[in-house]
Order: sequence, then structure tokens, then C-alpha cells
Amino acid sequence: MSAQTSVNSPERSSGQAVDQRAKMLERAMSRHHYAGDALLEVLHTAQELYGYLSPGLLREIARKLRLPPSHVYGVATFYHFFTLQPRGEHTVMVCMGTACYVKGALGLLEVLERRCARAGSTSPDGKVSVGTARCVGACGLAPVIVWDGEILGRVTPQELNRRLDALAVAEVRDDG
Amino acid sequence: MSIKTLTIDGRMVTGAAGESIFDVAWNNGIRIPRLCHVGGISDVGACRLCLVEIEGWPKLAAACLTPVEEGMVVRTQTERLRRHRKLIVELLLAERNHVCSVCVQNGHCELQDLAAELGVDHVRVYYRFPRLGVDMSHERFGLDHNRCILCTRCVRVCDEVEGAHTWDVAGRGVNCMIVADMGEPWGNSETCTSCGKCVQVCPTGALFEKGKTVGEMYKDRRFLKYIVTAREKRQWIR
Repeated sequence: MSAQTSVNSPERSSGQAVDQRAKMLERAMSRHHYAGDALLEVLHTAQELYGYLSPGLLREIARKLRLPPSHVYGVATFYHFFTLQPRGEHTVMVCMGTACYVKGALGLLEVLERRCARAGSTSPDGKVSVGTARCVGACGLAPVIVWDGEILGRVTPQELNRRLDALAVAEVRDDG
Repeated sequence: MSIKTLTIDGRMVTGAAGESIFDVAWNNGIRIPRLCHVGGISDVGACRLCLVEIEGWPKLAAACLTPVEEGMVVRTQTERLRRHRKLIVELLLAERNHVCSVCVQNGHCELQDLAAELGVDHVRVYYRFPRLGVDMSHERFGLDHNRCILCTRCVRVCDEVEGAHTWDVAGRGVNCMIVADMGEPWGNSETCTSCGKCVQVCPTGALFEKGKTVGEMYKDRRFLKYIVTAREKRQWIR
């Protein structure tokens, strides 16, 4: 945890991209005049920029917005939207809305949980984060998964398995 | 300051405008049960034990959060309220691991006293038996999540009286937990002043002084009135 913290902390990281992110976060905070009641907006921006909210980042936000750390931590852990762990390279959300559920969403989630990680967490190899959603508003395509932000309809467990296979192969090739 | 006259449990009582039903009742010797209210800090209506019936109101109201109004007719001790309060205490007992026989607070615990008062001799719902930890990292105090009822007295006293806001509630629903700073061990907290106010206001054995064994933890809340009066009136009354 502490290693990730230092990597993720805007102060201690080096490199152009990271500096850029810190600057953008700073700009978001200054736009709200560092007001404590802009915490949610700032957390949104931070999560978009960094992909997750590390303890170092949360501490920094608390300091800049002049809020107690426990309050910031409390808000960040209350909303499912925020994640305090780094995301995998790919994010797969299974829609668990009524239509998708009836059409077999549970089967899709079982595949992901067996091969990757439990819903709400990331696979040990850091490749896939698994999540669930309550209706993405595409019931006509049920069952639906959201693969890296792209909506895929009428997904079967076989198709999902093929995609995961392809991912593993691609990753191996990349490494080689 | 305008005065409101109302009826509580058939008695005519008066209270100042803005005062809660709870305070007016207690000032007149009418005891309404509570676990999250404590005099001197703000009210949140978390425990729901002070629910009362008000004539003409469609729903029950939390006495600690409802200001008195002229002509109100309030009932605090009906059979329906007693039934609700009993179930609330049973749910609290089932939610975590309240094992009185091995608790530092045994014998002088607000939850235990209330359960006895309401005649809770068994719990009608399944116990959850969650696996929760005990934080003993602070040099003087301990936090046993198994005994916590999430009343947030510690959160409020730390924020409003001590001013440190070390405590807050993390997570949501059944996963709610009292956390220090960034959800870290209490002993690592940079904001905690080790004043012990949270320990003294805690209604159960969740917050306690180290070195206390079964039934040895007594809590003293007189400091609250002392500090709050001193701050508001510049009078130091013991």
C-alpha cells in the first residue's frame, strides 16, 4: 500500500504526465476556491485523473480543501463510484438490472469472478477490474456488459470467455 | 424568547422556542430513551429510540430533532413505541457482537440498561456475527468495533467540542465503520489529541481505557457541561 501511495502521490511522483495530472487537479480545486463543499467535485476529478484515490491523494485533497482527513475518507468510501485501489488495465461492468438479470447476467458475472476477480475488485495480475451496475439503460440488448466503457449487448458466457482468452494472449505477446 | 406550551404524556409543560421535545421532556422529568443524544453536542437522530407520537402527525418523530410547537400533544410511552424501541435494541444487539459477560462496560452500559428496561430477554432476528477487529494501537485507549452501535457520539464530540475531527464514519450501510483519519490505526492518527472525550461519551464498551477488564469501565460525562458552559457563558461551573 505504501509503495502505491508514494507512486500515486502528486508531490512525490516525477514525470511529465503525472505533473500534468497534479496541475489539473490543482486547477479543479482552485476553480472551486478550495471550498470544502466542493469535495465531491474534486474527488470526481481526482479519480478521473488518477484512476483511483490513494491515501496520499486523499490526504492532499483534505489539506488543500482544509477538511479533516477522516471526513474526506468517509465521503470517498461512501460512494461506490470511488475506488481506493488501483484499477486494472481493463474494466468490465456487468449490468445486473432486471432485464439483464433475467437474460443471464449472473452467468456472465460467474465467468468473471471465476477467471478474474470478485465484483468490486481487480484480478491479482492487475489486468481486469470487475464491477456491477444497476441498469445501464440498454435493456433491449440484455444481457449487457460494459467493456472499457463500450457497451456490448446480448453477451453469452462463451463470448465473454473468448474475450478474456484473447486478452490473456495479447498480454503474453506484449510481455514477450 | 418566546415560550411554547404543550402536552407531553398528559402533562402541560413549557419550553423555549427552538428547544427539542426531548430536552423539554427531560427538563420536566419525563425520560425518553436515547442512545445517540448526549447533552452539549448536536443531535443527528441516528438511534431512533427517542421516537414519539405527536397528535395530528402522520409519522413518528425523533424527539431530539423535533422542536416544540404551541399546543403539541406528544406521547412518549405508548405500547406501539415500546414495541418499536424493543425491536431497535434487538437489531442493535444482532448487528455486531455484544457479549456483555466479557465486556469492559458490563453493568454500566447504556445499551445493556436500555435492553433490560425494555425487557429484551431474547433477540428475534438472526445475529450477524460479523468478524470485526479491536484497535489497540492507541497508547491509552482501545476501540472495539464489535461493541460499536454507530451512534456517532464520538464523531460529534471530537468535531464540536475538541475540534480535532479525528473520527468519522466510513463505508455505507452494513459496512459502516468508525474510522480515525484515513481509516488507519488510531495510534497512527496525526489529528488525535488523546483527550479521551470520545471514550467518555461512548454509550457502550466500544471505546474504553486500556487496562480495564470486564465491568471495570466507568464513563464520566460531566466534563461536557463544564466545557460547553465555559465556552458559551465564560463560567466554570463544577
